[in-house]
Amino acid sequence: MSTPYYVSPDQIWEDKKEFVDRGIEQAKEVIVLEYNNGLLMVAENPRKTIFKMSEIYDRIALASTGRVSEYEALRVAGIREAEIKGYTYYREDVTGKWLTNLYSQHMSAIAQAWDTKPLEIELLVCEIDGHSSVGSQIYKITFDGTYEEKERFAAIGGKADSILEFLENTYQEGLDIKDAIELAANTLESIEADAPESYEINPNTIEIACLDATLDRRKFHRFTIEEIDEILGNAS
Amino acid sequence: MVKLRDFESTDFFEILKDRHPDKLGDWSRLNGTYDSNNHNFLEGTTVLALVYKDGVIMAGDRQATEGYQVGERRIQKVYKIDRHSAIAVAGVAGPCIEIAKLFQVQIEFYEKIEGVPLSLDGQANYLSSLVRSNLSLAMQGLIVLPLFSGYDLNHHIGRIFKYDALGGRYEEDTYYAIGSGGKDARSTLKKLYQTELDKETALSIAVEALWDAADEDIATGGPDLIRKIFPTFTIITEEGVSEVSEDIIGELFQDLISRLEQS
Repeated sequence: MSTPYYVSPDQIWEDKKEFVDRGIEQAKEVIVLEYNNGLLMVAENPRKTIFKMSEIYDRIALASTGRVSEYEALRVAGIREAEIKGYTYYREDVTGKWLTNLYSQHMSAIAQAWDTKPLEIELLVCEIDGHSSVGSQIYKITFDGTYEEKERFAAIGGKADSILEFLENTYQEGLDIKDAIELAANTLESIEADAPESYEINPNTIEIACLDATLDRRKFHRFTIEEIDEILGNAS
Repeated sequence: MVKLRDFESTDFFEILKDRHPDKLGDWSRLNGTYDSNNHNFLEGTTVLALVYKDGVIMAGDRQATEGYQVGERRIQKVYKIDRHSAIAVAGVAGPCIEIAKLFQVQIEFYEKIEGVPLSLDGQANYLSSLVRSNLSLAMQGLIVLPLFSGYDLNHHIGRIFKYDALGGRYEEDTYYAIGSGGKDARSTLKKLYQTELDKETALSIAVEALWDAADEDIATGGPDLIRKIFPTFTIITEEGVSEVSEDIIGELFQDLISRLEQS
């Protein structure tokens, strides 16, 4: 039996992180920001059936970027575990914090395993308070299961830092849905400012969804192309 | 390590059976044949559905019996399932309500995972399997019977499905009523029903059918004018599922009572 090479844990972790960073660098951005009725989620996404944000449970949504097959598995698992929990106890007992923990444990276990590659994804677990329009939580989870709570707005994907920088200067509290979508669209355009051709967001290539406190039990709403057309058309 | 398996399944009931059988009722320990007069199980009574020009109306009285006693005066028998469908249940209340709840979770679960709602036919078929899963109970006399209705977005009509205890699924294109007063409600519906009814007429027919069921069947509850408890009415159209307000239902029953007093 041959002696295995010694590789320092620091080095292993560094390699994994570098590997994921290379993947995430390519990943399209998703912006989540608070508006007067809840949370808005916006991403550039020309695809019609493969979404970046989706409904998990009554007040909870998931925004994700990176490898589709990887986050899709987590999306489905999240819905299933949430339904089982809600069925066992009560619908209001399913919380964003609980879901974040579930994802975090899973992602961290995969990142630490020696025989698998870490997940090349980033997630935002979004949750609004069911009873008022003010309360909302955003949890950002990265490949190793690390998560943090975000206030007002958050972003994932390759140019997340530029987005946060842009929003830091432009975001205002109490935006209505129209202004919030306009701000998100401007933000996405700003990060493409150095693209070779002039770049403009259009209804066919943007995906918009929200958690709207004014809706019934299921707060998630995905905007149709017609609805986006109307908002973006009027906004410009 | 957290295991997040079952990636491919859209069947919530199947997942529960496989992973959490404890969360589903284990009725196998219930021996012998159930006799409703000697057990303290709540039983739901009359529910009905009728198709009208914009969709379907579902209604149910509020009473549950416990043998020869009133077990519950405010029970709910009609449940919204998704944006365009609802279920009404009659029979032993415990498993009835559980099946309605499980069915609702399942349909929403499917929609979230697939990204598109399950078709009305798909929902009706799925309900068959849920009723069938109750077979061993049904054989002992603990029968769960649903009435399922919805607005079919593909065909632009309201549709009604009835079931037998073995999970058999049968479509009715006009009206139907089940439960202890179901037969009485059906007699009234049979005399008054017409095709292409408008909403107001359809509601007043449903009110009269429930009145007659309560009048003839001792288990069915009528409008309780003192406690202000009225049967519930649910309307399903292309726009979605909505409840008729108690004020309107109260007025409809008052109208009927004054009509009956005059004749």
